Amino acid sequence: MDFMLSKQHEMARALFREFAETEVKPLAQEVDETETFPRETVEKMAKAGFLGIPIPKEYGGQGCDILTYAMCVEELSKVCGTTGVIVSAHTSLCCDPILTYGTQEQKQKYLPALAKGEKLGAFGLTEPGAGTDAQGQQTKAVLDGDEWVLNGSKIFITNGKEADIYIIIAVTSVSTDAKGRSKKIISAFIVEKGTPGFSFGTKEKKMGIRGSSTYELIFTDCRIPKENILGAEGKGFGIAMHTLDGGRIGIAAQALGLAEGALERTIEYVKERKQFGRSIAAFQNTQFQLADMDTKTEAAQLLVYKAAKAKETQKNYSVEAAKAKLYAAEVAMEVTTKAVQLHGGYGYTREYDVERMMRDAKITEIYEGTSEVQKMVISGAILK
Amino acid sequence: MNIAEYKGVFVFAQQVDNELSGIALELVGKGKELAKDLGTEVTAVLVGSGVKALADELAAYGADKVILVDDPELKEYRTEPYTHALASVIEKYKPEIFLVGATAIGRDLGPRVSARVHTGLTADCTRLEIGDFPINPIPGREQLHNQLLMTRPAFGGNTIATIACPEFRPQMATVRPGVMQKARKDENAKAVIEEFNPGFTPNNNYVEILDIVKAVAETEDIMDAKILVSGGRGVCSAENFKMLEDLADVLGATVSCSRAAVDSGWKPKDLQVGQTGKTVRPNLYFAIGISGAIQHLAGMEESDVIIAINKDETAPIFDVADYGIVGDLNKIVPALTERLKAEFAANK
Amino acid sequence: MKIVVCIKQVPDTKGGVKFNPDGTLDRGAMLTIMNPDDKAGLEAALRLKDQYGAEVTAITMGLPKAEEVLREAMAMGADKGVLVTDRVLGGADTWATSQTLAGAIRNLEYDLIITGRQAIDGDTAQVGPQISEHLGIPVISYAQDIKIEGDSVVVERQYDDRYHVLKAKMPCLITALAELNEARYMTPGGIFDAYNAEITVWGRNDLVDVEDSNLGLKGSPTQIARASDRVRKGVGAKVALDPTESVDYIMERLKEKHII
Repeated sequence: MDFMLSKQHEMARALFREFAETEVKPLAQEVDETETFPRETVEKMAKAGFLGIPIPKEYGGQGCDILTYAMCVEELSKVCGTTGVIVSAHTSLCCDPILTYGTQEQKQKYLPALAKGEKLGAFGLTEPGAGTDAQGQQTKAVLDGDEWVLNGSKIFITNGKEADIYIIIAVTSVSTDAKGRSKKIISAFIVEKGTPGFSFGTKEKKMGIRGSSTYELIFTDCRIPKENILGAEGKGFGIAMHTLDGGRIGIAAQALGLAEGALERTIEYVKERKQFGRSIAAFQNTQFQLADMDTKTEAAQLLVYKAAKAKETQKNYSVEAAKAKLYAAEVAMEVTTKAVQLHGGYGYTREYDVERMMRDAKITEIYEGTSEVQKMVISGAILK
Repeated sequence: MNIAEYKGVFVFAQQVDNELSGIALELVGKGKELAKDLGTEVTAVLVGSGVKALADELAAYGADKVILVDDPELKEYRTEPYTHALASVIEKYKPEIFLVGATAIGRDLGPRVSARVHTGLTADCTRLEIGDFPINPIPGREQLHNQLLMTRPAFGGNTIATIACPEFRPQMATVRPGVMQKARKDENAKAVIEEFNPGFTPNNNYVEILDIVKAVAETEDIMDAKILVSGGRGVCSAENFKMLEDLADVLGATVSCSRAAVDSGWKPKDLQVGQTGKTVRPNLYFAIGISGAIQHLAGMEESDVIIAINKDETAPIFDVADYGIVGDLNKIVPALTERLKAEFAANK
Repeated sequence: MKIVVCIKQVPDTKGGVKFNPDGTLDRGAMLTIMNPDDKAGLEAALRLKDQYGAEVTAITMGLPKAEEVLREAMAMGADKGVLVTDRVLGGADTWATSQTLAGAIRNLEYDLIITGRQAIDGDTAQVGPQISEHLGIPVISYAQDIKIEGDSVVVERQYDDRYHVLKAKMPCLITALAELNEARYMTPGGIFDAYNAEITVWGRNDLVDVEDSNLGLKGSPTQIARASDRVRKGVGAKVALDPTESVDYIMERLKEKHII
């Protein structure tokens, strides 16, 4: 087993880090404070190819592997959790399902603009009554002539109002199984912004990742062309689950980045901050805390990279993705919390990045499947 | 190359718009000192079109001799004809030392000349002296005397190197402006003026000047500024920053500030120095009314020279300041501005 | 159009400088970057490529490790990379370096050569103009803006308080400042392509029209007499004076330090 990154990956990391330090870090506080979507950063990332990293070159992407993509989200999240999740949601939740399940026409039509970042992607599964439980879906799509007619709403949608292309999960029919229970047949669709009947509801006011545009999507007799169904009719649940498996790698990378960022800030801080006449780095408590934080962060990194490799090489990588996300998110929460503690009073103020990082970290335990859901996936695989 | 044939200290007397640049007189001053150590003369090489009148000023500041290369092709600085002028002077007069100012012109001209005459060139020197090479005797190696030892900062000012050019002549250096001293002016001093024209025939290396635009200076990024006048909580108001701006104007400096000034809304965030602002390392940093919290110090303690003005004598800023003045900034800063104005007016 | 861009891998001096016990620079312990002025030169070349179409060749002289900086240039969009490396080239000053690069460039076709104004490790700003002298072509230093007009380049050349708009026939050498432009980032895909691409490696024997006596340490007219870490300052002085005396005091210090 090879734990060494290739020179290419090292150089890609250096690129992502330089970009993050130069373009993203200076805006992170303001983006959080003012809850502003960093549109200019997205445009710069588009120019640098960051919005199409694992998309093949034939579709206008960079043709890189999932690991490179995960490293991009990781490095961005080190300085700004908001920016990290923008790339993650766009790539894993919109580009990836089109690449995996799209027809040749759909790929040709949507991927180049998405990969070049001319258009931004989003994914709509969650509803007020349905989170990771797909059977709770209420949004419906009914075929009427050459068009699907969508009705319903989606909530907590990342890149909500800023995206151009949306993958929307909806119920297309209800069947009855042998025992007489009704079962919802679910399908996936590609919906473009600006389609009549597609509008935006409330903007969420969040604890963290506050620059991320989290919106409710509303469909009222929204008519989309028949050919915009993604994958076969009735395969939507599988598509959604498989998409989330990939998404979890992105979120795990985001969590990992937050932990690493908080750790870096803390190491700098404890060397400079003096108490009782010496730097707080000289106290054993500080030293041991940092040792724990560093060890756990590195363990999280190994799980995240392993999951990224698994997506590259395996058909099914649900368990790897679940473990990576479960652990990285927990580590992010623990490390950022300790980082705030080691910063003392300053750490509780918005002048210091660790305060924001701690708030940003919390969501990684919740979205794209809570930690509890990850445990269900993992234990399910063990006990099967 | 017969090194013994090369004699005398020559300096390039840079002029722009038929006005001598400050560096020209600084080089004459330094050249005179070096010439004295070597028991020789300092010669100014004056290049331009219709610039003969400037020779007297060079004499007044210590030039023993002026070589005048005057030709219409030399009206505006262009690399090729100026290179031809200096290379021809070197070929004909064989100086042992040739100094050029490390100005935008000199740093373009110097390398081209040194490449044409095949000698070494040491860039951006801050100290020049006559000494031995090697500096300390090395057994089995001849120690040369009367060498030009050229000292310069490198690696972004992190190191200092002293360079010699033992086997080639002239020993060439570009010299940082503002470092060497002009000699005292002597109106009665006269120099021998020798006119020399090597002939200027335009060739492919002559570029055409389409336009000359005098630029207006824009606000500088505080990270690029050579001098920063920085204010903190002690400045007390946005209006009071005017005092700092006036001081900065006189010094050609840029205004920056501490976090307290940003938080109070007196100055924008992009001027903030410190851990959560920018890290700066100017040649001179004025810390005015800045107490010097560790977060601020982290962003500026690498400055070459730090002058702090603060009324609280226990302020931590004094721990990193080269020169600390305990006192009232409202009195000291305006007085300093006036004094500097007077000083610059007197030296005009 | 064919453009040759000279780039150098330099220690990143932003993070401070590390020394060996003998006082020489510990290059191994420092991170390396593409010299900022060179990067601006490369960006200028890539913009000309975008605008007019051009083949951009990045060339560097250095240790075998300097290959990295060529990969970076190619990941940004350069078409080819040439590494000039040979033990006999070590210890070169600007004269010997410019002789070496000129000798290498004589192998290449070029309409334009772009170099950075200066490298942050040496700060000499000499190699660009010296290469142009060796090749017998015009030099325009400190370019602020570069345009192509037929067989000529039109360049805004910066001086202290003004700029000249200069026109020179190609081939011509231009030196660029980091302020010239904001260099593009590498692209992730470009990085992987750059590592799959072939880099040309040249040694002493590939140099054209260069004598041994002009190469490496032996071919360098300048020699280091002494190198040292800059002396760190100790704790400074602190005075409490009346305002006029305070001003006197500051004026004296400013004069002492040659600031005024």
